[in-house]
Amino acid sequence: MGKRTPLYDMHIAQGAKMVDFGGWDMPLNYGSQIEEHHQVRKDAGMFDVSHMTIVDLGGERVREFLRYLLANDVARLKEPGKALYSCMLNQEGGVIDDLIVYGLTDTLFRMVVNASTRDKDLHWIEKQAVPYGVTLRLRDDFTMIAVQGPKARQKTHKALGELADAVEDLGVFYMREVGGMAIARTGYTGEDGYEIMLAKEKASTLWSRLLEAEVKPCGLGARDTLRLEAGMNLYGADMDESVTPLESGLAWTVAWEPAERDFIGREALQRQRERGVKNKLVGLVLEEKGVLRNHQKVYVNGLVAGEITSGSFSPTLGKSIAFARVPATIGTQCKVEVRNKLLSARVVKPPFVRNGKACI
Amino acid sequence: MSNIPQELRYTKSHEWVKLEDDGTLTIGITDHAQQLLGDLVFVEVPEEGVSIGEGDDCAVVESVKAASDVYAPVTGEIVASNEALADAPEIINQDPYGDGWIFKIKPDDSNDYNSLMDADAYAEMIAEEEN
Repeated sequence: MGKRTPLYDMHIAQGAKMVDFGGWDMPLNYGSQIEEHHQVRKDAGMFDVSHMTIVDLGGERVREFLRYLLANDVARLKEPGKALYSCMLNQEGGVIDDLIVYGLTDTLFRMVVNASTRDKDLHWIEKQAVPYGVTLRLRDDFTMIAVQGPKARQKTHKALGELADAVEDLGVFYMREVGGMAIARTGYTGEDGYEIMLAKEKASTLWSRLLEAEVKPCGLGARDTLRLEAGMNLYGADMDESVTPLESGLAWTVAWEPAERDFIGREALQRQRERGVKNKLVGLVLEEKGVLRNHQKVYVNGLVAGEITSGSFSPTLGKSIAFARVPATIGTQCKVEVRNKLLSARVVKPPFVRNGKACI
Repeated sequence: MSNIPQELRYTKSHEWVKLEDDGTLTIGITDHAQQLLGDLVFVEVPEEGVSIGEGDDCAVVESVKAASDVYAPVTGEIVASNEALADAPEIINQDPYGDGWIFKIKPDDSNDYNSLMDADAYAEMIAEEEN
């Protein structure tokens, strides 16, 4: 039996099909993954993301520390509650994890990191933090619910009642603390919405209120196809410690300026950039019938050139899509080996879908 | 729990087989199989007129989650394929034993049907798999 989130009983009561995910018993779907996907694109759905790791970092030199720890630059976080997406790299430029960091005050930041990388992340951060006198506080007292979709905010406001006034003007990629909750306008679906961190014991009350406000529960299955359509990487599939952000479609998250800022992995990334980055992560759209899957081989000019890192079926587009790591020189067409056949695919730049609309 | 109609026969690989009045066999995947796969998004059916052997893979059903082969339960000739599945694979999720049929075989030996599992044996096999 895996670890259970505070919402486990709610999931069972709603008929969820449960699966193991990084040691956690999580809902895969509540009946139909595709219906849940459309629910988020067209209306509002909610996800139990309590398995994510929340950690607060505190200290006089915490900003300086994070400017060294992360490839993106927290100096960009000038206002309280502002969020930043970043990779955390090793000395070779390999991706230890991707995360969201929120600036709470000058001496307090919050990070949300992946569940599957929890132990190695915490070990790494603690080790790097020592010289800066930065202390870590794991927020296992919190749980997290993501509400996503074009009607997510409106319906969440209804569920929040009078507390909603405090978040109605919250900007995209900002977080605000309201009534003991931390409400962030972030997500992993390509739709508007919130990620809400709150005390474990209050999770089922909020979940019930969201159900009453007609937000439908959605499982990890829909979460995966939503993030893939939205062009968002999944750690462990699309990148890991063997590749750099420059090979993973994440060059935009590396803050090269100011040039004098030293961060872990910077030298290695600079060397790679000067030599020329050989591979890149692209989007593929299958032009024939079939489904692209992780690890299928990508062919260019009859030779194996790369591999699919995340492949699935796009419910919004009605065809199969994928991310693939391929030579940077790739053109606009390739072949993918799907069940012993070579099928044609178009090379595109993700995202495939944003705010409910196809963009490829 | 999954539905296992008494009047059908079954295979270890989760196909159901229906004996038609004209002696042909209609084949699909069981309710249990479609539940395991989840939402189907692509089905590849065999060509009519092709000869196939017992155990040959002759169709593919793919869900969002995984791809699965569908095997011929007996040796014979494909006499029909359900072309409607190309545009609407979800029919298998909605009606696995009816409109969700996949192909029909004219068996070389009509006795082969009798050696397939009956509903009770299939139910027992699923119960064992789940334990």
